[in-house]
Amino acid sequence: MSTDHHEEHPKGLSRWLFTTNHKDIGTLYLWFCFIMAVVGGIMSLVIRSELWQPGMQIVEPRFFNQMTTLHGLIMVFGFVMPAFVGLANWQLPMMIGAPDMALPRMNNWSFWLLPPAATLLVLSLFAPGGAPGAGWTLYPPLTVHEGMGMDFTILSVHMLGISSILGSINIIATILNMRAPGMTLMKMPMFAWSWLITAFLLLATIPVLAGAVTMLLTDRHFGTSFFDAAGGGDPVLFQHIFWFFGHPEVYILVLPAFGVFSQIIPTFARKPLFGYTSMVFATATIAFLSFIVWAHHMYTVGMPMTGELFFMYATMLIAVPTGVKVFNWVATMWRGSMTFETPMLWAIGGVFTFTMGGITGLMLSITPVDFQYHDTYFIVAHFHYTIIGGSVLAIFAAIYYWLPKWTGHMFSEPLGKLHFWLTLISFNLTFFPQHFLGLAGMPRRIPDYALQFTGFNEVSTIGAFMVIFAQLIFFYLVIKCIRGGEKAADQVWEGAEGLEWAVPSPAPYHTFATPPQVR
Amino acid sequence: MSGAQGSYYLPNPSPYPLITSMGLFILALGFVFFLNDVAAGPWAMLVGALVVVYMVFRWFGTVISESESNVYDQQVDRSFRMGMAWFILSEVMFFAVFFGALFYVRQFSVEWLAGTELLWPGYEGGWPTAGPAGAELIAPDTPIASGANQFSPMGAWGIPAINTLLLLSSGVTLTIAHWGLRKGNRGQLITWLALTVILGVAFLGFQAFEYAHAYSELGLTLKAGVYGATFFMLTGFHGFHVTMGVIMLAVILVRCLKGHFTADHHFAFEGVAWYWHFVDVVWLGLFVFVYWL
Repeated sequence: MSTDHHEEHPKGLSRWLFTTNHKDIGTLYLWFCFIMAVVGGIMSLVIRSELWQPGMQIVEPRFFNQMTTLHGLIMVFGFVMPAFVGLANWQLPMMIGAPDMALPRMNNWSFWLLPPAATLLVLSLFAPGGAPGAGWTLYPPLTVHEGMGMDFTILSVHMLGISSILGSINIIATILNMRAPGMTLMKMPMFAWSWLITAFLLLATIPVLAGAVTMLLTDRHFGTSFFDAAGGGDPVLFQHIFWFFGHPEVYILVLPAFGVFSQIIPTFARKPLFGYTSMVFATATIAFLSFIVWAHHMYTVGMPMTGELFFMYATMLIAVPTGVKVFNWVATMWRGSMTFETPMLWAIGGVFTFTMGGITGLMLSITPVDFQYHDTYFIVAHFHYTIIGGSVLAIFAAIYYWLPKWTGHMFSEPLGKLHFWLTLISFNLTFFPQHFLGLAGMPRRIPDYALQFTGFNEVSTIGAFMVIFAQLIFFYLVIKCIRGGEKAADQVWEGAEGLEWAVPSPAPYHTFATPPQVR
Repeated sequence: MSGAQGSYYLPNPSPYPLITSMGLFILALGFVFFLNDVAAGPWAMLVGALVVVYMVFRWFGTVISESESNVYDQQVDRSFRMGMAWFILSEVMFFAVFFGALFYVRQFSVEWLAGTELLWPGYEGGWPTAGPAGAELIAPDTPIASGANQFSPMGAWGIPAINTLLLLSSGVTLTIAHWGLRKGNRGQLITWLALTVILGVAFLGFQAFEYAHAYSELGLTLKAGVYGATFFMLTGFHGFHVTMGVIMLAVILVRCLKGHFTADHHFAFEGVAWYWHFVDVVWLGLFVFVYWL
């Protein structure tokens, strides 16, 4: 009950099934998201294989649409979000000097809701009529008329939502209540700050998504007319609700990544983070702005001119706090004693590619210009630059940064660098040409295209296969690092600061039995 | 900041989360089957629901017995408080969606539909409405002729007004019960808490009567266009929350009868009270925007 026996825990399978330990749960999250990334990655290869040439070659159009839908849902809800929750689980208690998360049993529940939810989502493929093919945004009226697979998806989204809400409650309670004495909010590591704000966003928006899919469900089966004009409703209402969730959601995906960059860059520049306070306020400002920009996802659907203008200017404003953050990272590196170990490469790569995604985002924010880009491959390129370029590269950066602390072993630096360069190059190979495809007018979510787009599509497909198969290196490296390797020092990286580096590597099962003092 | 021995409280490994998730999975699977007329659906739902209900009993039972054996320190108490407060925020956002849908429909989509002569010629718009292809609107609280495609909206000053009084009074009685608990006055605590439960049950009874009236006499159903949809989803989810609140209050009442709480150690009471006041505030929004205006 109390913490007199720190290393005691059940062995074997029941350790993982019943655990209340933040490190075990973090590990479960990370392996879960790895499996989901493989599933979602295979789906992306189905998409890219079909797009290798114009015309239909491998899959039916309907199945193609199911692949784009599930790929999106799985990567967002099954890969990136759980990955950051897993990182939060592992790191937050260590970084703020807590013994564990604030509500450990509920923590286990947040995790164990995910595998059933993911199962429901994948089961939809095998339902009569297959999975929904309306895209991850699930717009009606199409989704009102989809088959049984849509019901699986709706229930899956509900369970994923419960998991996210419980996880966020836990993270907020941990950060606000479990900090070591002396660690004031403004002394907190940036990773903790960005997660505090992310958790708030989750609590405020996930119920909105739950409401939206609930209305879909009742429109489908109980005769309501929320999204049916014949009954006085409006399909566009769904888009408003969805994006009121959806825009904060994309910051939910990327704010923890910003936190990761803010931990890693100072370590390898051997300088404190430039502009810590402005970093905190920039993050909070981004979070606030994320609630008032949603309709920029639907400029073309029809809105009053004042609405278009408001959402355009509000969206452009986001560039300001984001610019503050990028400036601060660059200023942190300015005249630092820089070294480029694997985590630093990922972090710098992430800042660079995310900024490219940010700039295309600024282009897309301009309403008249968006009329041209809407639903083309330009938007596909844009959000893959932000989500892969920002979030996924940050996830890898974080794993490389903290892996020695978790396993007690150093990983193979050459393999890590090879993994980085292969991923970065092939990622750009995949998505950079899609900017041109989109600008030239190639629509997304269509399994066929006009002849003149062939060249760029082939490059993109080659890049996609490279990017997925490059991850085998990562898998090999991680397994190797878990099983053995050079012993990691407590202070793994020379310039690293923070409580997590004060504990042994590997970190003991319960990190702090009594609160550490922070001055 | 720390417990009795200067160390933290950590719960032991627990099978509850896993089993609860499995129960929810079976429940969800059964629900999908039920919606799509697969025979196994209701049975799977029953099994899943039983698992979930059983786990709720076990899980809360464990937490209560841990609380009663004083293993929770001040820090755990604060974590629980924060957990409940932030959970209520997420509930607020859940209701906000349905209110948002109501405002959007009333302010924009109905008006736009009425303004587009090409799409639905002759549609006048206005509120309440069941839409251009839906049932015809007649005066509030007027029974419809049998077989007519009409609906009558729910008036504000009958049962809804009574329900408003009931819920507002229940907020007051709950607060008086809390004062009793803080003073250590057991009689006051139990009397006023029991009264709160009775008021909550009375609310639910009136609500059930109102629904029956709406369905059988007013032609007001979930299918009565966007008015019926927003009416039943908002009041329905609220009613569900009141039901949960009444169950929670009843549990707290039983715990009070067993002498569980002390004047300075009663988070469960306060958590349920916050929830009850939240449900109360949502009702005020419903009364104003769904029934009255």
